Amino acid sequence: MTNEALQNLISSWIPELEFSEEASQFINITVQPEQLYQLMLKLKTNNDTYFDYLFCLSGVDWEPELGVVYHLESTKHRHIVVVKVKTSDRENPTLDSVCDIWKTAEFHEREVFDFFGIKFNNHPNLKRLFLTDEWEGFPLRKDYVDEINMVIK
Amino acid sequence: MEKVLVNNNFKSEEYFINMGPQHPATHGVLRLLLTIDGEIIKKVEPDLGYIHRSIEKMSERDSYQQIVHLTDRMDYLSSHINNEAVCLTVENALQLEIPDRIKVIRTIIGELTRIASHTLWWGVMGMDVGALTTYFYGFRDREMINDIFEETCGARLTMNYNIPGGLMFDIHPNFVKRTKEFITHFRTKLPEYDRLLTGNVIFQKRMKGVGMLSKEDAISFGASGPVGRGSGYSCDVRKHHPYSALDKVTFKEILKTEGDSFARYQVRIEEMWESMSIIEQLIDNIPEGDHQVTTNAVIKLPKGEFYQKVETARGELGVYVISTGTKNPYRIKFRSPGFSNLSLLNHIAVGGKIGDLVASMATLDLVIPDIDR
Repeated sequence: MTNEALQNLISSWIPELEFSEEASQFINITVQPEQLYQLMLKLKTNNDTYFDYLFCLSGVDWEPELGVVYHLESTKHRHIVVVKVKTSDRENPTLDSVCDIWKTAEFHEREVFDFFGIKFNNHPNLKRLFLTDEWEGFPLRKDYVDEINMVIK
Repeated sequence: MEKVLVNNNFKSEEYFINMGPQHPATHGVLRLLLTIDGEIIKKVEPDLGYIHRSIEKMSERDSYQQIVHLTDRMDYLSSHINNEAVCLTVENALQLEIPDRIKVIRTIIGELTRIASHTLWWGVMGMDVGALTTYFYGFRDREMINDIFEETCGARLTMNYNIPGGLMFDIHPNFVKRTKEFITHFRTKLPEYDRLLTGNVIFQKRMKGVGMLSKEDAISFGASGPVGRGSGYSCDVRKHHPYSALDKVTFKEILKTEGDSFARYQVRIEEMWESMSIIEQLIDNIPEGDHQVTTNAVIKLPKGEFYQKVETARGELGVYVISTGTKNPYRIKFRSPGFSNLSLLNHIAVGGKIGDLVASMATLDLVIPDIDR
């Protein structure tokens, strides 16, 4: 499916979605946290989109928002879409987990929780993955300070 | 058969053991927390982070030329391909036109890297399941590739041969001759691998039907590389999103539908034949020209987001760059194949025995720095 047809189809499900194609080779969708799970489930289960392969899940600190970027590909149609979700709550950021849609998300979401402190609702095993449990702060946030170990140029 | 009297009064009890981080079968510092009942595995929980260096955070303060050098510390057996991934991302973002000579050399060295990685995997995998000789066979052949790399790149492990805009140096005058010698040599040696190990009954019994992974699960867990293809999932980035000179060559994507450890084993063995064929198609026709395109000393990517996939020896490596137009990336994410492949270990190991876990893990071909980026 072409990017344009994809955009028309996806925007017919949830009208509030924001699309942008500039400065990226893929079609980008920005979704509100409340509609994230609903959109993701639809992207996976609809036969025309059928995004069954979550190939990249990255946490991003956009300052001041925190968020997650999902790169999805369909192994049937071979089209790619990028979904972004942002939350402005830095104290207690919470998003819905997608690990019952794609099993790979379980590890990736733990990595995001470890480095960005974003909590995921309904995640079966949400705890630190790389760092120790007593680690303070979330290192990949832009405001993380570690004067001893970090070399700033 | 005579009936054996068994004392059924013993109670079954679950308990917990620790495997690693220094266990030889985990190939590095991977720690697995196993919940077992007798010898049956109930749960496998990886404990990661022993060698996490936070390459993604370091990259946020580095220039794009510097980031290339960090990437071969991730999956050190595919270091050349990792370097290529970052270089391709930068070149695509800058819309640099890369001459064919660079593309062809990159593809040849990439496939040599794949063969080197697979021979090493074959050696240590055999050792994991009790066949010591394989280790020496694998390292003997890998040594020849390392010598070729040493002559051209000056390094044997962390290559640093790619730079944004081309190659650090031109290829050594002996490169073509020695690569051809290697292919001739390896075409006679690879059948020995089959004679030594593939047909061995003990080996087959340890591999067949062990670590079953269905195609649906492979996709859902984000498996890639030989792990995905062993389950019949067509996931070769070289086929679906060709880069460098891979669109000019013909090769077969190896697919097996069994989904067990033996299928993953066969995929890698047959992939080495395909890699040799790719090199043979290119090695006599390396175009003339420069080995570098001039770039600015300080590379600034335009504002935007860039994603590049490549196929390393372990599977799909993705580089995701968010740029704000400065000389450093705002955020860079490395989607490493090993991380996703490790996440399915619990799924394929539960219900099996500890010995089967070792066999499954060996055919996942994990490189720990790739997981602990």
